[in-house]
Amino acid sequence: MLRDITLGQYYQTDSVIHRLDPRVKLVATVCYIISLFIVDNLLGYLVAGLFLVLVVKLSKVPPKFIMRGMKSILFLLVIAVGFNLFLTPGETLVSFWKLRITKEGARLAGFMAIRLVFLLMGSSLMTLTTTPNNLTDGMERLMGPLKKLKVPVHEIAMMMSIALRFIPILLEETDKIMKAQIARGADFESGNLIKKAKSLVPLLVPLFISAFRRANDLAMAMEARCYRGDGHRTKMKPLIYQKRDVLAYGTVACYLALCVFFGRYFLL
Amino acid sequence: MSIILDHVSHVYEQGTAMEYAALKDISLVLPDGQFIGLIGHTGSGKSTLVQHLNGLLAPTGGNIYYNGADIHEKDYNKKELRSKVGLVFQYPEHQLFEIDVFSDVCFGPKNLGLDKKETELRAYAALKQVGLGDEYFYQSPFDLSGGQKRRVAIAGVLAMKPEVLILDEPTAGLDPKGRDEILDQIARLREETGITVILVSHSMEDVAKYVDRIIVMNRGQAIFDDVPREVFRHYKELEAIGLAAPQVTYIVRELRERGLPVDTDITTIEEAKRAILKAVGDREAGK
Amino acid sequence: MDIIKARDLVFEYIRRDEEGNVDGITRAVDQVSLDVKQGDFVAILGHNGSGKSTLAKHINAILYPTEGTLLVDGKDTSKEENLWAIRQEAGMVFQNPDNQIIGQVVEEDVGFGPENLGVPTEEIWQRVEESLKAVGMYEFRKHSPNKLSGGQKQRVSIAGVIAMHPKCIILDEPTAMLDPNGRREVIRAARALNHVEEITIILITHYMEEIIHANKVFVMDKGKIAMEGTPREIFSRVEELKALRLDVPQVTLLAHELRKSGLAIPEGILTREELADALGFPRQMPRREGN
Repeated sequence: MLRDITLGQYYQTDSVIHRLDPRVKLVATVCYIISLFIVDNLLGYLVAGLFLVLVVKLSKVPPKFIMRGMKSILFLLVIAVGFNLFLTPGETLVSFWKLRITKEGARLAGFMAIRLVFLLMGSSLMTLTTTPNNLTDGMERLMGPLKKLKVPVHEIAMMMSIALRFIPILLEETDKIMKAQIARGADFESGNLIKKAKSLVPLLVPLFISAFRRANDLAMAMEARCYRGDGHRTKMKPLIYQKRDVLAYGTVACYLALCVFFGRYFLL
Repeated sequence: MSIILDHVSHVYEQGTAMEYAALKDISLVLPDGQFIGLIGHTGSGKSTLVQHLNGLLAPTGGNIYYNGADIHEKDYNKKELRSKVGLVFQYPEHQLFEIDVFSDVCFGPKNLGLDKKETELRAYAALKQVGLGDEYFYQSPFDLSGGQKRRVAIAGVLAMKPEVLILDEPTAGLDPKGRDEILDQIARLREETGITVILVSHSMEDVAKYVDRIIVMNRGQAIFDDVPREVFRHYKELEAIGLAAPQVTYIVRELRERGLPVDTDITTIEEAKRAILKAVGDREAGK
Repeated sequence: MDIIKARDLVFEYIRRDEEGNVDGITRAVDQVSLDVKQGDFVAILGHNGSGKSTLAKHINAILYPTEGTLLVDGKDTSKEENLWAIRQEAGMVFQNPDNQIIGQVVEEDVGFGPENLGVPTEEIWQRVEESLKAVGMYEFRKHSPNKLSGGQKQRVSIAGVIAMHPKCIILDEPTAMLDPNGRREVIRAARALNHVEEITIILITHYMEEIIHANKVFVMDKGKIAMEGTPREIFSRVEELKALRLDVPQVTLLAHELRKSGLAIPEGILTREELADALGFPRQMPRREGN
């Protein structure tokens, strides 16, 4: 059922990684992604892999949760690896039929696969250890300087967190409306594309009306509770850097340095 | 001709940490033409149960038979079943979508593949059955009042000419008058057409006046299933699960405890009035 | 001291047709004058469309009067500069529990109001704790609102308002979408706030059994105040209530019917004990049930 789709896929537990400031985690994730593109040899990837394993261990998130996300990129992975494997010119390693694998191709494909897998694991580790709310908070603070350029940072963050709150409600509602229309003989499954699109009208019209009604109600409830945008607000859970966050930044910097050293200059 | 539930159970999210048994081994026979009240508080499983009756949900254990046929047999025509067992959801007005009232009511019969004439005839008849006048037919359903919208939504299901009509909390959110009007309309509809009506509610008081059988659900089980006065006899057990017998049941019990010899099986105000007048009259005569 | 003072309050809105032309004017609130004393528990009754919710939205300065004045704690609601002070002093709880919870965690939602008021972080935590305890939802503070029952959600909404330290709470049909258990929870919470914290409560409802404990009841119809008095006074006017599309608790109705049939029973019976007493069966001589 639609209800099964969970957004943000947060894994509830208590760990050092969970407790880190979301800003640290955001910055670290970006750094990690950058590191994957700096690194250009096996030793470098070994460093990246070890770092990932260490963080996963610290986060107490069962590895199977992290691997779960892999399924969704399998297709992408196969294509990326395939292209690199067969289409890179160079010294032929093996060839059969019209295809040939070169030494360079094998290397590139291998690295590409590692890169993609690490990238996905790294970023899903962030969403697994940070509540969506915390994440929006972190983004709001990190994008803070953009306010000077008249970017409505606070409003964007507020919109994101409201969306996150209402997505499960609207999914449940979709499920309900769908069932009600099925009870009136509606058919959402059979027919060609046009017919299918048309059959969505009895679902979408009530859904939109409901979403607008909710938005209206919510706006009123927020105003009634003195919400008037950014400026006058204080925070119940302000983001304040702790010692561990500074430490984490240090660790990430060290990691980056190691990556540059091993992955670029220390040629194997 | 009936609906039979044979040891039906339903478990949500089976095999996960969220596993939750909404229905536990329910066996019921719902014969033609009965007016049934299905009572239970939120989360008792009553909504899950009614979604089984028209095949929207499939049981995780047990079987459901409509007119003798297993509705989850491979080639059973579910679409036809849904036209025979009409289900009106809670807040049905939230499912209206057409530009005018009449087209919205036509949606059901149209889905059954009926021709234009038959569709319109049925829509017309259904709107009349819920007591909506011609002047509303070509208005946008969104401009109607809450009670009128609900009538349109009920007509939308009636237009499929169901043999069984299930209404999930048809009075939720209506004011007292609106509530009485809808319930009276449903009672009248049943009298005229003789169809089976299943009224899902958490209010004993609303239901007691109309139905001839009450099924009480609690934690996925049907704990009582009898005529109203028999069910209300268990008012103490009903209270323990957060339901209550109609207030009038308590009044006559209080009176009896204090020495006025009235029948305690009373379920409506009218009955209470007659019984009290008679008891008081007897007392006066006895003096 | 009157916390709310309405004088000849009128609210009109303009209906428009599809092209945006003025189609007509509807008077939702019509010449309403009422006073509410600090610490009172006031109920406003009326059927759907009687204008009671429109009136309620004025007290929180969500709507402004077309004519007349409304003072909340002496402040005129139509003056822009009073807006935020009024919204802080007169908190509002709405009908749909899902559409007024902003936070994704219970405690964060309760903290939303104080955050908007610029309350320092430490005090927000104190207020959140106190407010959640006041409605009996403290143990749920880390939960997602989506997993709560309707009654629990409404209690969180009430806590969200209490955390703003209001003098008065307006509950706009808070129980209309709840089942009997949820309704009881919410009304109990509201009564406790009135008793313990001495917060003025204005309860808007169409359920009669919820107003029995009010000090004062206003019944609205067609935008006007049709009846006004204590619950007992209101309930002694059964026929009028019926004409206003409202119902009466079964015991009151039964007493009324018996009275009409000639028994000597006073109007305005509110409990079954009162009815038994009125019928001449006092509690003093408990008897065992026969057979």
